[in-house]
Amino acid sequence: MELVCPAGNLPSLKAAVDNGANAVYTGFRDDTNARHFAGLNFTPEKLTEGIRYARRKGVRVFIALNTYPQPGGYSRWQEAVDRAADLGVDALIAADIGVLEYAAQHHPELNLHLSVQGSATNYEALRFYSDHFGVRRAVLPRVLSMSQIRHVIEHSPVEVEVFAFGSLCVMVEGRCILSSYATGRSPNTYGACSPASHVEWQETSDGLDTRLGGVLIQRHPKGENVGYPTLCKGTFRVGDNIYHAIEDPISLNAMELLPELASAGVKALKIEGRQRSPVYVAQVTRVWRQALDAFERSPDDFRPRPDWTAELGKVSEGAQTTLGAYHRPWQ
Amino acid sequence: MSATDTRPAPRLSLGPITYYWPKDKVEDFYAMVADAPVDIVYLGETVCSKRNQVRFEDWLAIGERLEAAGKEVALSTLALLEAESELIRLRSICDNGRWLVEANDMGAVNLLQGRPFAVGHSVNVYNDRTLALLARQGCKRWVLPVELTHETLADMQRSRPEGVETEVLGYGRLPLAYSARCFTARARNLPKDDCRYACIDDPDGLLVSTQDDNRFLALNGIQTQSARTMNLLPELGRMRALGVDILRISPQANGTDKVIDLFHRALDGELDPIEASTSLEHLMPAGPCDGYWHGGAGMDVQGRTGKAA
Repeated sequence: MELVCPAGNLPSLKAAVDNGANAVYTGFRDDTNARHFAGLNFTPEKLTEGIRYARRKGVRVFIALNTYPQPGGYSRWQEAVDRAADLGVDALIAADIGVLEYAAQHHPELNLHLSVQGSATNYEALRFYSDHFGVRRAVLPRVLSMSQIRHVIEHSPVEVEVFAFGSLCVMVEGRCILSSYATGRSPNTYGACSPASHVEWQETSDGLDTRLGGVLIQRHPKGENVGYPTLCKGTFRVGDNIYHAIEDPISLNAMELLPELASAGVKALKIEGRQRSPVYVAQVTRVWRQALDAFERSPDDFRPRPDWTAELGKVSEGAQTTLGAYHRPWQ
Repeated sequence: MSATDTRPAPRLSLGPITYYWPKDKVEDFYAMVADAPVDIVYLGETVCSKRNQVRFEDWLAIGERLEAAGKEVALSTLALLEAESELIRLRSICDNGRWLVEANDMGAVNLLQGRPFAVGHSVNVYNDRTLALLARQGCKRWVLPVELTHETLADMQRSRPEGVETEVLGYGRLPLAYSARCFTARARNLPKDDCRYACIDDPDGLLVSTQDDNRFLALNGIQTQSARTMNLLPELGRMRALGVDILRISPQANGTDKVIDLFHRALDGELDPIEASTSLEHLMPAGPCDGYWHGGAGMDVQGRTGKAA
């Protein structure tokens, strides 16, 4: 299985390459990708440098153009596709039908992947993208159970990549607009969820309140660890109960499922976190490389080593991990 | 308004029931709809395949009664398709041979291509290129994704393919997200596989408030909706000017008949849309919103006073 690691900038790209990634995924510096954060991502020059660095070590470079252009801004996506093709990326990861069609028509040599933002959770959807655009790989939303993934792969015309580690979207990606409901900006339209520009931190007599678009997301008592106010991980009231009504602040870690993912026919494992630091990328890539190597050496008695789990736990949101939807009871 | 009045008023549609209601309530609801002034009725389960009060054959029977009452019937489909059993059901809907099918996922589009079909608001049609491609596959109607603005709609309308109708969700709680996880079951401390159909207790969804008592979201099984009800009736003039063909009302537990009546009278020119909206607000479980249409946060309220219309 290919290990696909995040690179929000050149130092992260190098960290991923140096620590054993098979591929890195990147984005341009604008709203054409779903990690449109200040100071993040690549200019064409930096990406050229990154591609050169990665190629020397036999690592592939992907670029995500996985937001949804509207007619007014469409030319920006078109230019980004052209630029990606000119740079010779190893794959273009897209979600929008219009973007995929443009890429397939104008750059038939481009290797197309369907982004997780394309919301394809079943093989009928995958057939559409394969038939119309020649998509060769799809990244599945983090909503399917292990047996559902196996079933999709059995009938899929394209390779399947799944998320293995990182922040957990509990909603079907590409179809969640909670963020724009509170802020006007969503991953689809703007390339960011719960954008920092709309976050407020407010000291109160009891502690700290965090708001997104003015909506109270979290109320932290004094001394409690303060997390980023991602909308779906907030604490809300339902009936008489105050709790994480949608999802706990928790990260995905599918390492113990490595044997099952491999036997299901998963071709690539994705690490989330283009917005994270080069240190995160280095640590997570190194641990996953070790795990994949150990699994390939002796697939029958693979078990995550406690030190790997501990190291991944340290960089996880809320310092907790879950198997997410892969493990049916979580649902 | 004179320039806009030359265009015909949009037809009125009733979207699928998004909640899980007992069969009797569903039957009563559509008995009401048969006599109500809506032109198009979308039928079927779009949120959770476990909901089994109304089965496929029952939907067909309801459809026949509505058609006999003069309604145009369409069958709507699941937004989140995961299991093979869901695809099997989807195939029978697509092959019904009688009524237009609304695809709410690209899997459904794949099955429907080559025949006439509609795409619902959970299919991401964010630009003209996407709509043109779908139109070449047989798409006859699309619904504006709910987070898009009237400006984007205007751009889309300018290059709309021949023979494709544009529908806009005009009234209802907004569909904001779908998940593998059932939030209603989670709220009741039940696992999804043993959910005991808990969502049947919440005919308008389960209210989620912030800790400072702002009514924020509504949990509807695996779907998350806005707590506020979007109302675009004050924008009727602009919609006519933009050539919107169909205006959709999303069913709610109580007062849908009154909502239909108010929309109908406003479309007929019998009621001022702003005035009708004041009456609509009394029917909403947690107040209005219309921010997306105006380019703001979805939960914002902008057009209420009519200044934006």
